[in-house]
Amino acid sequence: MHLIREIFKSQNFVIGFVIFTIIFLSTIILPFFLKGDPLEIVGGLFYKPGTYINVSDTIEAKKYELKIDTLSNKISSLITQKDQDLMREWLVKYCNTVSEEEVKVAQHPMELVELWLKHYDPNIKMEGTTIAYRKSLSRLHQKIEKIFSDEGYVIAEKNSETGELAIVQELANNSYVHMSEIPNKRTFILGTDNFGRDVFTELISAIWNSIKIGFVAGSVATLIGLVVGLLAGYVGGMVDDILTFITNLLTVIPSFIILILISVSLGGKGNDIMTTALVIGITAWPWTARSVRAQTLSLKNRDHVNLSKLSGHSLVRIIIRDILPYVASYVTMAYILQVASAILAEAQLSMLGLGPRTTEIATLGLMLRWAIQFQAPLSGAWWAFIPVILSIALITFSLNLMNTGLDQVFNPQLRQN
Amino acid sequence: MKGFRKYLARKIGWYVITFVIALVLNFLLPRLIPGNPVARIASGAIEGLTDRSAIQAVIDEYKRLFGLDKPIHVQFIVYIKNLLRGDLGTSFNFYPRKVSEVIASAVGWTIALQLPAILVGWILGNLLGAIAGYVRGVFDKAILPLFLFISNIPAFGMAIMLLLIFGVYLGILPTSGGYGFDLIPSLTPEFIMSVIEHYQLPFWSIVLIMIGGQAIGMRSMSIYELNSDYVKYSRFLGIKDRIIVKYVFRNAVLPQITGLILSLGTMVGGALVAETIFSYPGLGTRMLSAITGQDYPLISGCTLIITIGVLLANLVLEILYGLLDPRIRAVQED
Repeated sequence: MHLIREIFKSQNFVIGFVIFTIIFLSTIILPFFLKGDPLEIVGGLFYKPGTYINVSDTIEAKKYELKIDTLSNKISSLITQKDQDLMREWLVKYCNTVSEEEVKVAQHPMELVELWLKHYDPNIKMEGTTIAYRKSLSRLHQKIEKIFSDEGYVIAEKNSETGELAIVQELANNSYVHMSEIPNKRTFILGTDNFGRDVFTELISAIWNSIKIGFVAGSVATLIGLVVGLLAGYVGGMVDDILTFITNLLTVIPSFIILILISVSLGGKGNDIMTTALVIGITAWPWTARSVRAQTLSLKNRDHVNLSKLSGHSLVRIIIRDILPYVASYVTMAYILQVASAILAEAQLSMLGLGPRTTEIATLGLMLRWAIQFQAPLSGAWWAFIPVILSIALITFSLNLMNTGLDQVFNPQLRQN
Repeated sequence: MKGFRKYLARKIGWYVITFVIALVLNFLLPRLIPGNPVARIASGAIEGLTDRSAIQAVIDEYKRLFGLDKPIHVQFIVYIKNLLRGDLGTSFNFYPRKVSEVIASAVGWTIALQLPAILVGWILGNLLGAIAGYVRGVFDKAILPLFLFISNIPAFGMAIMLLLIFGVYLGILPTSGGYGFDLIPSLTPEFIMSVIEHYQLPFWSIVLIMIGGQAIGMRSMSIYELNSDYVKYSRFLGIKDRIIVKYVFRNAVLPQITGLILSLGTMVGGALVAETIFSYPGLGTRMLSAITGQDYPLISGCTLIITIGVLLANLVLEILYGLLDPRIRAVQED
């Protein structure tokens, strides 16, 4: 008990623990609040984050008139930088009624547009320009005139029998609707992914799956490592030699390679989460085994162990009751690290396509894979993968923090005073 | 130096055995893949044939060509014999190119990328960590948590983010390939400049991750060493810090080398993924296409080369470690 209190005094541990718990709890609690199946295809390819409002609803909803100037906002967003450059170029090069100074002074798009409207003359000769250039100028002028015309739009309904259009409503430029009166709207906090799924809901589900994999793989790895390390350390002799050899083998041969080889050879059978978790666990145990063995070796000749041996207790009993409690602190830390690295390994594997091979489940690695396959980075759809990367980083970060905290509790040398 | 020779002999012997086992694994595992890759390659030749016996004859012929009709232990012996001649088999996907040729065209790019990146990252990271450990204070409080977080971003995550920032948003660095799409490999300055340009993003993504991790480790080690008895004693004796520092960092660097040895294996994985993201024409992308195409001679070949590379690197590092740490040689002598 005292130990647990000590642990929670450690700053690092608490911060890490808090972050992890927040993430963990949100994956459990949030699904109740978020409507919709995380795998439901709601939108289209990489829709931006934000709120999407049903357009026909806005037409039918109650209109309010707001006396706000809509013009400069429209100009600012509809007149692109290219348009502005075009206007500037024409005003400086071909127009003789305006001086270069005035053009330079007109910084704001609105001022530039006003200058343009004052001085634009389609009849001025422009030597050496292509027809396309002149046409683009007149198109630009039309565009600007349209924005300035206060006409507004007219909504018409098509008569299904005669095909005629009948005017139903007139929309002025300054009519607004209130958001709460629109029945059909959908907010995508993180936009949609390549399938059209809501990234946020999918992310929550993916985090949950990845954490599951992490814990299963971590448990498997730590268990195997613990057993191997204890046996090798305590029993010694030939058993130790064999086990150490296997351990060193698997340490040096890149575990990633073995992961790839195993995943490849599993082929179609490696389709689900648990298989991936098992495979990761089976390849990750060596370094745990090594450290447990080292610790067991140093504990082997302690008095209480020798006492138990003299009393004739069985091997298993000695290991469990006399040695295990002393390595427990290390094993806990190792477990946390294993979980973190398992989550990372799953992400790497899934990105290569060797993880759970399905579009029915979302894991963090799979979300990254789809994002890359569908060219999210190149199309600038940052919402499809940056949140995933940040989640992975946060989860591993919080786990590592917890680990550092525990390390400081168990090894007082490392405490920072 | 007798101790060292013993150490060397043991290490080399052990690595040889490891290599053999790696060989067996490399051979065995991909061949356990369910499914019949022969049918896929032969499908090109079978197309249009309707006579069952003709189709069977074609498949049998391909099987014979690839040696798949013999039992597995015979296949293994053939594999070893070929290996000794430097023949890693024929790739299924790139048929009829030989695996060794496919790998050779890619391996140069990978080594040119990974080796400098890992080394530079390691050196820079350790330097940074050493400075942080020595000059504590602001640097510690502000930079450390940041580096801690960065080191937790997975390697491919860093790669993707750099791709996004520099490739897409700022548009100053190319986003894929090893060199411009319009260039043919040649020793012209134009080509070399293009290669260097394409090199930046994958290189820095690996380096940044390494720096993060190494800096933190080195910092802890430095703090630990700086608080040790011999440092305190030397200071009492009046020995200048400049001289003490040399000893401290030599001691602190040792575990970092162990760390480098251990992390070489994982770096391979991370760098592979980084290569895939940038479509960098290295071993990683080759292996990826081999995996998706179920081209198991190529998969075996790639993993074998990577394993050999890592084993060699580990061996070199362990020898280096033996040279640097006199305690190891001493242990061997009794």
